[in-house]
Amino acid sequence: MKTIAELIAEQRFFRGLDRDSLDLIAGCGRNVHFAVGQRILTAGEPADAFYLLRSGRAALGFYVPERGTVVVDTLGGGDVLGWSWLFEPYRWQFDADALEPVSGVAFDARCLRDKCEADPRLGYLLTQGFARVMLGRLQSVRLRLLDVYGTGSGTR
Amino acid sequence: MAPVAYRVTSRTRETEDTVTIGIVPVTESIPTPAAGQFCMLYAPRVGEVPISVSGVEASQSRLLHTIRAVGAVTKALCALDVGDVVGVRGPYGTAWGVEAAAGGDLLLVAGGIGLAPLRPVVHEVLRRRRRFRRVTLLVGARSPDEMVFRGEIASWQASARMEVRTTVDYATAAWKGDVGVVTTLIERLTIDPEVTVAMVCGPEVMMRFAAAGVMAQGVAPQRVLASLERTMQCGIRRCGHCQLGGLFICSEGPVLPWSRVAPLLARREL
Amino acid sequence: MPSRESDIATPRLVIDVAGLQSLIDSLRGDGYRVVGPTVRDGAIVLAEMSDVAELPRGWADDQRPGGYRLTRREDGAFFGHSVSAATWKHHLFPPEVVSWQARVDTEGIHVEAPAAPARYALLGLRACDLAAIAVQDRVLMQTAHPDRDYAARRERALLIAVNCAAPSGSCFCTSMGTGPRATAGHDLALTELVGDGEGPARSAQVPAGAERNDAGAGHRFLVEVGSERGAAAISALRASPPSASDLDAAAAVWSSAAARVDRSLDTAGLPGLLMRNLEHPRWDLVAERCLSCANCTLVCPTCFCVDLREAGGLDPRHAEQHRVWASCFSVDHSQLHGGSMRWSARARYRQWMTHKLATWHEQFGTSGCVGCGRCITWCPAGIDITEEAAAIRATDGLTGPPTRARG
Repeated sequence: MKTIAELIAEQRFFRGLDRDSLDLIAGCGRNVHFAVGQRILTAGEPADAFYLLRSGRAALGFYVPERGTVVVDTLGGGDVLGWSWLFEPYRWQFDADALEPVSGVAFDARCLRDKCEADPRLGYLLTQGFARVMLGRLQSVRLRLLDVYGTGSGTR
Repeated sequence: MAPVAYRVTSRTRETEDTVTIGIVPVTESIPTPAAGQFCMLYAPRVGEVPISVSGVEASQSRLLHTIRAVGAVTKALCALDVGDVVGVRGPYGTAWGVEAAAGGDLLLVAGGIGLAPLRPVVHEVLRRRRRFRRVTLLVGARSPDEMVFRGEIASWQASARMEVRTTVDYATAAWKGDVGVVTTLIERLTIDPEVTVAMVCGPEVMMRFAAAGVMAQGVAPQRVLASLERTMQCGIRRCGHCQLGGLFICSEGPVLPWSRVAPLLARREL
Repeated sequence: MPSRESDIATPRLVIDVAGLQSLIDSLRGDGYRVVGPTVRDGAIVLAEMSDVAELPRGWADDQRPGGYRLTRREDGAFFGHSVSAATWKHHLFPPEVVSWQARVDTEGIHVEAPAAPARYALLGLRACDLAAIAVQDRVLMQTAHPDRDYAARRERALLIAVNCAAPSGSCFCTSMGTGPRATAGHDLALTELVGDGEGPARSAQVPAGAERNDAGAGHRFLVEVGSERGAAAISALRASPPSASDLDAAAAVWSSAAARVDRSLDTAGLPGLLMRNLEHPRWDLVAERCLSCANCTLVCPTCFCVDLREAGGLDPRHAEQHRVWASCFSVDHSQLHGGSMRWSARARYRQWMTHKLATWHEQFGTSGCVGCGRCITWCPAGIDITEEAAAIRATDGLTGPPTRARG
């Protein structure tokens, strides 16, 4: 049985982090499992954790009246889920549901925030990691905005 | 160069604007195309257009072409019925060179109708699966309804002989695949850069991001192959339309190593 | 290149004006359609001809960037002009030909045997024109998929060069190594020696009945034979061996022509220079002048881009495809579904010039430019390819927005 620190050390999100930092972060984590269809986060609820998905897939969506839940992104093994815990007012903006059996690590938000306050270096490393994730997601959305598959009209 | 007559023996609607036709020679046949090559298809009395070969059944000289109706000729080709005559010239252009990837890992990244020229690669790999190590296919489309070969993709997934991931930009409620651009799937893969050959085909912007994603995992640009698209009227280096720098995409391409095309694609309007 | 003056392997002989007429007559008798320069609409164009009187005798031309004007000359030279306005490409690679035609029915596509193209004797080619044909041979014949129509025309054609004696202000063949003297590719190469007081010394050789042309005393042509076909074409002509003074006169024509070419293009490292300056501000400046009219590609003797167009007509079972000249200056030349790859004039001019002077080498092992200067003369804006190349060379590596001289 691997420790949380060992589990997260294998994940690309934490790649390059030193042992001490990993231990600090792992101290706020616990193993979690979600069954297919199980709700992971709900928009509007307190953002009291973030998740590192180790396996399985989760869908990030938003409930639109008349259309139901519209999925805007799917996340899989190695992805982090949830960044609303970082910023006021600490409430989820989107829903997340397990599409497949999901195993991961949930990190307690208050625990992490307190450690970041006490250790700005850790806070910086973690913030940088999340910034990288956000950049990737932003670029992904921008690429979708380009609508590269859009139907043009040709000459032939 | 006049086309050779083929007869339409099957017609499958892939999406609202895309059709796959199966054709066999009426009498004379063209040489068997290699995966990645294209033919000039001639809609009688309408015109010719380059279309990638999306399947080869060599035993019957039967060819499959997947055509998206975007102009007069492609609309006429999509409107052909079983029994109709279509003209064929070719095969032209460079091939993927599936054999070069034998013994290593193969990563196929397709966007939209870009899956069509990669489909013969999948068929070839599945025929001789043991010659390859890990084989991964990533398929992106605008929406589930606009994804080509959906039935076949599902059967590839079910066979578990290769890893197949699908993603769409815009999902519907019934969609069970991923949501997001196809390039985000690349970073979730574990790639062995020394032995991986990547083949990417799709809109140019998508290929640029896909190539960047693959190379970010350490794959050398010479091991990333892309299939480019430019206007072509002849397919044989004569009409001049398909030039990109010094390349005639119809002959030096359409399949080219990323190391060769990256500096050209980086120039606007070249 | 070995000096041709001392090349005794090339058979040489001399004919007079009547002999030239006899040549035309015998070519026509052999089934050739003889095409040569003639004056029409204030320019020297190319047309089918049967009589030396149709040649632009006594005409010269003044060519410069964006300008063309015919002028008179006093010496009665038949070929005293520079390059023709139109190119010989019209006859070997016509603006529109049927590439194939077929009957289409439920049983297939029944391609009809192509009609044999015309058999041309092209009279009056300049050295640059021969060089251009050699370039088109590479592009259209020396390839995995030769152009059937071009190959047929080319195979049947007889090329009769007339060495240039009057390069224009647009010419730069000496920079491109293509002229002004014809040294390769011709079946026959003539050098016109305009009468100079030697008198009717050769009247004995003029065949009876040829006097009608009243060619003038001493007006003669040195003929150099470049091929067996050329030798056969003149085998029946009354001719005499060249005298020492004939050879001296011819050599004087060749050297004075070369000396009169005063435009130049520095070709040293030119492909690399252009391809490393794809973002040079000069492209923006030239784009402000370029009208994208495609004149340069129409008069260029090597431009080969074509459209393949369906032209079946009304008969529902008849299909045919036409090969039609196209130009990289049109927006739809690079049209892909969704739009044009080269939507700006800047990109289109850059494509034309870099193709001609740079990427052509990579594609065909030769420059695409032969220095004929037609693109310079016939550009309505007077854009000069040699000036554009020189401007980039002078500021190699410059990027950023263009700066303009004020005034």
